[in-house]
Amino acid sequence: MSTPLQPGPSQSSARAFLSGVVAAWTSVFSLVLAGSYIGIGALAHDFGFSIGWMTASTLLVWAAPAQVILVSTLGAGAAFVEVALAIALSAVRLLPMVVALLPLLKTERTRQRSLILPAHLTAISMWVESLRLLPRIPRENRIAYCNGIGLGFMAIACIAGVIGYLLAGRLPLPLAATLLFLTPMAFLVSVIRNSRLMVDRLAFGIGFAVGPLMMWGKVGLALMWTGLIGGSVAYAVSRLYARRKGRPS
Amino acid sequence: MSNLALHSYLALLLVGFLPSEVWRWLGVLLGRSLDEDSEIVLWVRAVATALVAGVVARIVLFPPGGLADVPLGVRLGAITCGLIGFFVLKRSPFAGLIVGEAALVAGALFVGR
Repeated sequence: MSTPLQPGPSQSSARAFLSGVVAAWTSVFSLVLAGSYIGIGALAHDFGFSIGWMTASTLLVWAAPAQVILVSTLGAGAAFVEVALAIALSAVRLLPMVVALLPLLKTERTRQRSLILPAHLTAISMWVESLRLLPRIPRENRIAYCNGIGLGFMAIACIAGVIGYLLAGRLPLPLAATLLFLTPMAFLVSVIRNSRLMVDRLAFGIGFAVGPLMMWGKVGLALMWTGLIGGSVAYAVSRLYARRKGRPS
Repeated sequence: MSNLALHSYLALLLVGFLPSEVWRWLGVLLGRSLDEDSEIVLWVRAVATALVAGVVARIVLFPPGGLADVPLGVRLGAITCGLIGFFVLKRSPFAGLIVGEAALVAGALFVGR
C-alpha cells in the first residue's frame, strides 16, 4: 500500500483497454454489480418492461440507483416530470465524480470529445476503481484503460440484467424475492462503505427515515423531497458540528 | 415496433438518459473549475445520498413483485442482519450481501412453513 506507484512502460491503446477490462472483471465490484443488475433485471420484468428496453436503459443511463428509480416510477405510471426530476437528482452525484476523474485522464493533447466516453461510463463502481488504479497506468494509456474498466463493468451489468430478467418470472419464492432483495442490500452496504464523511452518513440515515414517512404520507414527489430534506438537514448538521469543533468535517 | 414500445423507448431517452447524462456532460464542461470538496458539491452529494437511502427504504417497505410476498418483518430483519454482517466482517459488501440474503431466505422459509 505504501510503495510509491510508478507508472509502468507505455503500451498500445488496445492492450491498455484490455487490461482495464481484466481489472473490472477481477474487481470486487463485479459481484456487487452482477447482484444489483440481476435485481434490476428482475425488477424490470416485474414492472412489465421488455428485455431490450432494460438493456438499453443499462447502456444509456448506466447508474443503478437511477435505473431502479426509472423502472419503478415509470412502471408505476408516475408523471414524466416527477420521473425526470428524480433521475436528475439521483444522478447529480455523477457531476463531481466526472470532475474529479478528468484531471487523472487528461494530457495536454487530449481533446474534449475523447472524454465523452469515460464521462458516460462514470458510475460509482468505475469511478472508485479508476481512482484506485489509474495512478499506476502511463498517462497516455489512461483513457483507454478507463474505458476498459467502464465497458467491462457494463458488460457484466448487461449480462446480469438479462439473467435476472429471465429468472424473475420463473423462480419460486423465496428465490424471486432473493433476487429483488439484492438491489437494496447491495446499495445499502456499498453506499455506507463509500460514505467516509459524516455528512454522507447522516444523509443516508435521515433519508432512510424520511423516505418512508413521505411515502406513507403520500406526499407528491416523495423521493425528491426525501433527497432535499435528508441531504439539506445532514449538510446543515455537519456544518454546525464542524463550526462547533472549529474545524472542517 | 408497436406504439407502446416506441413510447417506452422515448420515455427512456427523455426522462432516463437525458436527465442523467446531462450531469456527465456538465462535468466534462466544468472540468477543472469545480472543486470536489467545495460546499455546494458536498450539499449536492448529501442530497443524492439521502435520495438513494429513500430508494432503498422504498424497495424494502413497498417492494415490487415477489419480494412483496415476504413479510415486512422478515425484510426488515434481513436488512438488519446484512448491515450487521457488513460491519462485523471487515466492512465487506460481499459479507453484507451474503448475510442479508441468507437471512431473507431463512426467514422466508421459516415463515412459509
